[in-house]
Amino acid sequence: MNFVYEKLMGGKQGFFGFLILATLILVIFPVFLDIFRLNLVGKYLTYAFAAVSLVLLWGYGGILSLGQGVFFGLGGYGMAMFLKLEASSAENTKIQSTPGIPDFMDWNQITSLPWFWEPFNSLTLTIIAILVLPALFAFIIGAAMFKRRVGGVYFAIITQVIAVILTILIVGQQGFTGGINGITDLRTLNGWDITSDNAKYIFYFLNAFLLLVVIVISRFILTSKFGSLLLAIRDKEDRVRFSGYDVSNFKIFIFSFSAMVSAIGGAMFTLQVGFMSPSFVGIVPSIEMVIFCAIGGRMSLIGAVYGTLLINFGKTTFSETFPELWLFLMGGLFISVVMFFPNGLAGIWNDYGHHITDRLPFGKKPKKVESTQSVEEKADESTA
Amino acid sequence: MDEYTSSELVSIFAMQGFAGISLFSVLLLMALGLAIIFGQMGVINMAHGEFMAVGAYVTYFMSSLTENYFPSFMPYYFIFAIVAAFIVAGILGYLAEFALIRHLYKRPLDTLLATWGLSLIMQQSFRTLFGAREVSPALPDWLLGSYQPTETIDIPINGMFVLGLTAVVTFAVFYLLYRSSWGLRVRATTQNRTMSGAVGINTKKIDRYTFALGCGIAGIAGAAFTTIASTGPTTGTLYIVDTFMVVVFGGAASLFGTIVSAFSIAQAQSILEFFISGSMAKVYTLFALVLILMFKPEGLFASKVRR
Repeated sequence: MNFVYEKLMGGKQGFFGFLILATLILVIFPVFLDIFRLNLVGKYLTYAFAAVSLVLLWGYGGILSLGQGVFFGLGGYGMAMFLKLEASSAENTKIQSTPGIPDFMDWNQITSLPWFWEPFNSLTLTIIAILVLPALFAFIIGAAMFKRRVGGVYFAIITQVIAVILTILIVGQQGFTGGINGITDLRTLNGWDITSDNAKYIFYFLNAFLLLVVIVISRFILTSKFGSLLLAIRDKEDRVRFSGYDVSNFKIFIFSFSAMVSAIGGAMFTLQVGFMSPSFVGIVPSIEMVIFCAIGGRMSLIGAVYGTLLINFGKTTFSETFPELWLFLMGGLFISVVMFFPNGLAGIWNDYGHHITDRLPFGKKPKKVESTQSVEEKADESTA
Repeated sequence: MDEYTSSELVSIFAMQGFAGISLFSVLLLMALGLAIIFGQMGVINMAHGEFMAVGAYVTYFMSSLTENYFPSFMPYYFIFAIVAAFIVAGILGYLAEFALIRHLYKRPLDTLLATWGLSLIMQQSFRTLFGAREVSPALPDWLLGSYQPTETIDIPINGMFVLGLTAVVTFAVFYLLYRSSWGLRVRATTQNRTMSGAVGINTKKIDRYTFALGCGIAGIAGAAFTTIASTGPTTGTLYIVDTFMVVVFGGAASLFGTIVSAFSIAQAQSILEFFISGSMAKVYTLFALVLILMFKPEGLFASKVRR
């Protein structure tokens, strides 16, 4: 029990935070929102996977990846490819010149299913691919970069270039990927209609549950010895190396893990939204994911979820009513968070939250569970 | 490739090469500014593309002003537009440094996020001020047309003008950074801020003018850009990644490396573009760059400094 409490929840404050978040997304949202809005929240929560993965990678590891959209996209495309193949059965597509292949392939004069689409006929293989491929891709990138001690700014730029390459590739290879429109018209999962309200509820809860599981696993990673090492690497990489640790392996692991987490988010996105397109892969979505994480607090797993929800609610509300103002607001918010609240919402809560909790009957002064300083020290490190 | 005769191939290479030179000029001008800001100061300026767009919009503004009020001045306005683009972008850069960047020198990754926020604001400002439509200035007559050394080769004059402009700016930057006493102070500050302060250099002032200079050069890049393509609110974002690649590939602190890498990237892309689709040409070029950088993380011409 103590193990669960300390290691999986992160002590008292972490436990309460987790409980509040779980209540919010598992009870309050489903009860008070209609299915359209709930589906929207579900979509936002899929971005939260990427935001949580960035807390691990960037907040704790000090590795800023501007390519989380790549992994989110790989997961999303994996799921979309499976659903598309199911939607393009021979009888559904008998008007095409080659029945049995997705419609966009037919439009682009492709007459047989490309080899890399074959595995996506099977759901099991698809799920394995969603979990393994992005992690493997991240492993390759990570191994190539971290083993050669490329880090900091250069890593950020190279991951960004990879996001650009993948986007251009998806848009350019229309016949294989559906091009700029992405993969659309996804209807069924093993014969089960995914556009029905019923399915949307189930996917919402599955998504929320998976997100909570990811948070618990991430918390376990952070409270373990590995988590302390990660922080140490962020703050003084050389000292950790001189202490005899192979720093690059730790970085590669956390990068691969974060890629897998983002990919789960991407797959859930496809299931809930019903399509996948390159606009969720490139630079802009990748940087937006960093924004979610930064606003929520780069050091807080739970804060990242709130940051994601807040920004996306804001985006939906504002861009509907004042589309002109939204970018100003977003830019201003971003600048002010970086300049005045480097630890985001969670940082504000840690600094001022005890004024509220002290007044509650059961409240005691919470201990700071996560290190909030040394952001500047880290920066010193990466300029050196 | 078999269906082309060898003389046709030579012409293709020459013409695509000149098309590449326009791209090279704009990339190099962008990269010169960024090499100063990123290579020398270590600031990841994601808004660099927007400073270029500022230059392009200033050129557009000048051209419509001249067209409407001083039509007889048309042949000469472009020169003044370049200067105005430099000044306006430089002033904006100066303000951005003062309000934003100077607080973040110790957190380079955060400069990336803050300047991204800045770029969002600038993009929306362009949209509000000039509309979402792409605009292009009316170019003076002497910039139009082309020069034909042989029957199959056809070289646009604006490309040669931009190339000349780039050469002038590159030389000026080289002189300013490596031959003037101001450049000495800039390089001293970037190498060791504390020490430079101790010997009496006003490092804050140096930072501000260095950043302003980098942004001003981006403004010139914008003016040059208007001769080859039209400008929209999101034009800057199209070039920012390429520009970063040029700077990183060339070796962040090396001016010569920046020139070589801008040339090779632009040429590779534009020659490949003739044989395969434009998007795939870009994919291959970027992919090759990423591969090379994995084996040579410090870029082509790394400065030999012990860190």
